[in-house]
Amino acid sequence: MARLDLMTSTSTGASTAGSNAVAEAPVITVAGLTKRYGDIEAVRGIDLGVRRGETFGFLGPNGAGKTTTIKILCTLAMATSGTATVAGFDTATQRDQVRRTIGLVFQDTTLDNYLTAEQNLRFHAELYGVPKAAVPARMRQVLDMVGLWDRKDSLVSTYSGGMQRRLEISRGLLHAPHVLFLDEPTIGLDPQTRSSIWAYINDLKQREDITIFLTTHYMDEAENCDRIAIIDHGRIVAMDTPAALKASVGKDRVQIHTADDQAAIAALGTVFGIDAAMHEGAVTFSVDAGEQFVPRLFAELSVPIRAVSVSRPSLDDVFMSYTGRTIRDAEASASDAMRMMAARFRGRR
Amino acid sequence: MATRSAAPAVTEAAGAVAEPAIAESIRVAAPELGARHELRAAGIVWRRELIRFRTDRLRAVTSLVQPFLFLFILGTGLSSLARAGMPSGFDFKTFIYPGVLAMSVLFTAIFSAGSIVWDREFGFLREMLVAPVSRASIVVGKCLGGATIATFQGLIFLVLAGFAHVPYNPVLLLTLAGELLLLAFTLTAFGVMMAARITQFQAFMALTQMLVMPLFFMSGALYPLSGLPHWLTVLTRLDPLTYVVGPMRQAVFSHLNLPPGVIERLAPGLTWAGWPVPQWLLLGIVAAMGLSLMGVAIIQFRRTE
Repeated sequence: MARLDLMTSTSTGASTAGSNAVAEAPVITVAGLTKRYGDIEAVRGIDLGVRRGETFGFLGPNGAGKTTTIKILCTLAMATSGTATVAGFDTATQRDQVRRTIGLVFQDTTLDNYLTAEQNLRFHAELYGVPKAAVPARMRQVLDMVGLWDRKDSLVSTYSGGMQRRLEISRGLLHAPHVLFLDEPTIGLDPQTRSSIWAYINDLKQREDITIFLTTHYMDEAENCDRIAIIDHGRIVAMDTPAALKASVGKDRVQIHTADDQAAIAALGTVFGIDAAMHEGAVTFSVDAGEQFVPRLFAELSVPIRAVSVSRPSLDDVFMSYTGRTIRDAEASASDAMRMMAARFRGRR
Repeated sequence: MATRSAAPAVTEAAGAVAEPAIAESIRVAAPELGARHELRAAGIVWRRELIRFRTDRLRAVTSLVQPFLFLFILGTGLSSLARAGMPSGFDFKTFIYPGVLAMSVLFTAIFSAGSIVWDREFGFLREMLVAPVSRASIVVGKCLGGATIATFQGLIFLVLAGFAHVPYNPVLLLTLAGELLLLAFTLTAFGVMMAARITQFQAFMALTQMLVMPLFFMSGALYPLSGLPHWLTVLTRLDPLTYVVGPMRQAVFSHLNLPPGVIERLAPGLTWAGWPVPQWLLLGIVAAMGLSLMGVAIIQFRRTE
């Protein structure tokens, strides 16, 4: 298990993580955070705590306040009111300490295309004060992590969009941050590349003692998070694990194919007291915990079952139930399309 | 190297299963943020300029084209016309050489500062601005980086001194190199200050083009400062380039065997309302100007984001 120790100026130095019982103070705390741009209230009072080692997702449509919040946490914007701390440092008053303990990956690339990957990382190491002796090994490690070690001497301009994003993630990790902020880490990438980025992020959680805070407006990606906050119009409308959120909106849907559907429907009624019906050519019914129900179904239903499927409510259903609309409706689609175009244009250069 | 980039989608899919090459993570103990850290930050910003310059040979060549044209084409072409005002055997190219030398750092210095605008447009500036270092370190690194590569550009041109009948005297060459460095620093600082405000590269190019040529023409790079009409005399005194071209020309002339009176006529010292300004003061003014422009640039970058 990989582990990193970071001794910043104010840390006690006793943070030999891993073996000891770790004080479970939240790594990120946000209290009563608001941000106003003129008349527009981008963030309207956000409270949250992110635990150490957690992958925390901010899910919401564009313009919901995700990026504004992440900017405040990264010291790139000042809150209008409220407080935020990262790794124990106040984002408003201890800017440099916060910056030293976080890694940042922005929506838009911030690499120097005219330098090689290694030169980009070296630049970062110097700016973040990584001890010189530790740089080569750490550089190798983060490049290995994203599978780019053998391309380290290539100019970044020869990289594909997905490779650039991976390089940015590895750069964000180079100085062994406590928290990695990923602002829409997969925006503008094709589905295959998106899933490979997620493979790297999930792999990273295994290797580093790190807390990840990310924003996304892709429902399927939010599933990768330990906890999600759904944000809409600058407020958190729901915050929990993806499973709990989905459980909160409704039951699982079970569909079975049987030898005798009518007998199965009747048996479900008599044995379990379940009201089943035919939908999409299958016996369909809803239960609270579908996965736990299926074994009982096989054991107790007299009719032979040929196939079974259990589907959970999706995060789309969750978003819908908390905001009254789907995330796609909520998207300011024009602005998204423009950003995608910009990202694509940049990738092509 | 380039072979794998042909199929990026394939490499990405294959790379998804990264081999754990190093099992144990590397311990990275962060040193305290402090002066040494700031120095490292400035150092890497400086070094990036050098790396970029080294890999961009085209830029190095193209920015020598203009001074080359001025010295050899314009210089040769005008020499028959200028011969009347010159002592016999004296080449007009020798006269304009210091000015053209200054020109050789002019473009490189300002355009290297322009890369800030470029970096902003393409995102890299953000990587610098979000780092836990003071903006001052970044601006200082940038100014010194631009100054270094511009001076290097000037040194290439200095090699051509013989073609303008300027002797390869070590003292003279060192003096000229030092003055070039000073000029390059001040010009870069000026460019960085401009770049702090301007967000579009085209706008930066247009604006600096508009300023660079007047700076060059009003500096007395192509004509002596003596016997000018009053309005032009005033303009030359306002141009910071004058304060470097003057001392450089005097340095060159002092190493030539010239009949008496020539220096007084062709390379007169700068005067303010009749008072001959000493060279150290001229160069001091340029240095002070560079430092204060850099100070303004630092203040401007502190305000952004």
